[in-house]
Amino acid sequence: MVNQSKKVLNTNIANLVNQNYQYGFSTEIEKDIIQKGLSEKTIQLISRKKKETKFLLNFRLRAFKKWKNMAEPNWAYLKFPEINYQSIIYYSAPKQQKQSKDITEVDPELLETFEKLGISLNEQKRLSNVAIDAVFDSVSIATTFQEELKDYGVIFTSISKAIVDYSEMIEKYLGSVVPIGDNYFSALNSAVFTDGSFCYIPKNTVCPLDLSTYFRINDPNSGQFERTLIIADKNSRVNYLEGCTAPQYDTNQLHAAVVELVSLKNSTIKYSTVQNWYSGNKFGKGGIYNFVTKRGICINLNAKISWTQVETGSSITWKYPSCILMGDKTQGEFYSVALTNNYQQADTGTKMIHIGKKTRSRIISKGISAGKSKNSYRGLVNILTKALGSRNYSQCDSLLIGNVSNANTFPYISVQNSTSKIEHEASTSKIGEEQIFYFLQRGICVEKAIELMISGFCREIFTELPLEFAAEADKLLTLK
Amino acid sequence: MNSTLLEIKNLQVTINEIEILKRFNLSVKKGEIHAIMGPNGSGKSTFSKVLAGHPSYRIKEGEIFFKGCNILNLDPEERSHLGIFLAFQYPIEIPGASNEEFLRLAYNSKQKFCNKPEVDPLEFLEIINQKLSLVNMSPKFLSRNVNEGFSGGEKKRNEILQMILLDSELSILDETDSGLDIDALKIISTGINHFMDTNKAIILITHYQRLLDYVNPTYVHVMQDGRIIKTGTSALAKELEDKGYEWLND
Repeated sequence: MVNQSKKVLNTNIANLVNQNYQYGFSTEIEKDIIQKGLSEKTIQLISRKKKETKFLLNFRLRAFKKWKNMAEPNWAYLKFPEINYQSIIYYSAPKQQKQSKDITEVDPELLETFEKLGISLNEQKRLSNVAIDAVFDSVSIATTFQEELKDYGVIFTSISKAIVDYSEMIEKYLGSVVPIGDNYFSALNSAVFTDGSFCYIPKNTVCPLDLSTYFRINDPNSGQFERTLIIADKNSRVNYLEGCTAPQYDTNQLHAAVVELVSLKNSTIKYSTVQNWYSGNKFGKGGIYNFVTKRGICINLNAKISWTQVETGSSITWKYPSCILMGDKTQGEFYSVALTNNYQQADTGTKMIHIGKKTRSRIISKGISAGKSKNSYRGLVNILTKALGSRNYSQCDSLLIGNVSNANTFPYISVQNSTSKIEHEASTSKIGEEQIFYFLQRGICVEKAIELMISGFCREIFTELPLEFAAEADKLLTLK
Repeated sequence: MNSTLLEIKNLQVTINEIEILKRFNLSVKKGEIHAIMGPNGSGKSTFSKVLAGHPSYRIKEGEIFFKGCNILNLDPEERSHLGIFLAFQYPIEIPGASNEEFLRLAYNSKQKFCNKPEVDPLEFLEIINQKLSLVNMSPKFLSRNVNEGFSGGEKKRNEILQMILLDSELSILDETDSGLDIDALKIISTGINHFMDTNKAIILITHYQRLLDYVNPTYVHVMQDGRIIKTGTSALAKELEDKGYEWLND
């Protein structure tokens, strides 16, 4: 007796997306690490280590107080064991590591780590058109092109350094877009955040380089609590890219970030993420818990914020990059591809809050679920009373691979005036056995078939990514 | 020289433990066109899919030789590379993938298998543009997604286009004539006749005599209950058109 074909398509499709995680290595390095657990003492210790001002310590303590009285949100379509916040290490930094002015002062071990991740910080080999801030566990270890950017008045530095050097701006804007008590995870982040990036683009300036932060979690027991603040002053423009990876551990690590964007009159911030945290193994063990609050505000006339995200990693993703469209004629955009596989769970989407007149927003979300994963889009479009003549267009497409994956869409729409327009489109499709067979019959192998279907499905999003990222994203979604 | 292209011996096939093909035998030589007719549910489509290597079916017994080698253990794409083509009864829609990309991928897969150089998109456009006119299709249709939003006739023409492009030696056309108006039927028949030569063979699965007015079969087989029960020439098809299938059971 012969089975018609050795390949049983359905299981095969699922296996295809199981490409090995190539960033799963860890770096052996001497660490300055504090004890597990979270208390006011921990916060004071972190603040002291970072030589922070009183303002910041108070900021942290207020946040901690709020956090203690809050509960983990349970409305998302996610299931995970209770997180023990007392068993997490809240500060872990490579020893002897201060923000080094000169790249030669950075521990070669760390440089090598980033080299392995494809991020060269070395002067000779670094990318010529992107400035990079490299964050390792709790601290930023190097930022390239700082001097060159300064010539244009652009500030690009770690947030720790900005807290000391640009305290005025920090005090004005930190927590202005995501208030400390906004949600459980933003409160936690506000209390214990350790590093991240700070960017300021001055008036009438187009940032000459793309700015980029690369986040690396290394320690198995520490959480990463990054904080990023980007301010685009009047008539300015910046492209910002964010990348993330982590080693392969059996335990889960917590990543709770807050990103705040402030876009002033006529300015544009384009923020792109390729999130590739370790997603756990094929039985669902290990992986990063990714609870992220990202929000931007378009304060004055014609300001624009555009989010693009490619989410392929993390065992759990809880993330809703949002735009508050406050000024008249401001614009918000959200472009997303989320790929989940095995036991990954993603609940991601956006919020577009229309406050000013003639504000416009556009949402394009593509979810791909394979294996036994759950992939949900959750979005809110809220057009307030005074946002006359506003428009929103939303499109949410889901692609299912195999028979046991799960896709959901939860769109919330609220329109409070009669002159605004909203369009919402949604579709669900499936890469089925018959489609694969069609490709095979034409002599095209399964890998190529799925690659073609996925890249076709995501095309609209990839065209939004900066060139450096588009190639990386394509690779991430390529099977094998 | 052995001119036998396909030799099927004593084939027994099940799906979910239900027997669909029962001791099925067929021999096809180069230069021949075989028409297979028969009532619904007689196993015609199953036969075509089994030949192409669809994974849902289980071969209980029997052998399939193509160009002298047993293909039962080969994957669908290997069978395709060897020269077996199936024009689907219901061509599949592939959202997001352009026809041009799809056709080029298929063409290059075959080139690679034959140890020939793969062609780049520009070279491919030249190749495909020549073939398009054979099925009366506009170049515009290359930029559309594979079969998505195609009319029934366009889907079927797309199948014939792929057959011509891949230049397959054995083509099975599963009800390619169903649902076509008379003009589309003529276009497709012309395409088939133009494509056919003495080195190739075609198996036409059809319900209607009218296709056979345009494409002249060497043999007409009647299939019933999982096997071929009668073989004749085109005269048999005409007789079936008049009398139906019942009389064969008497």
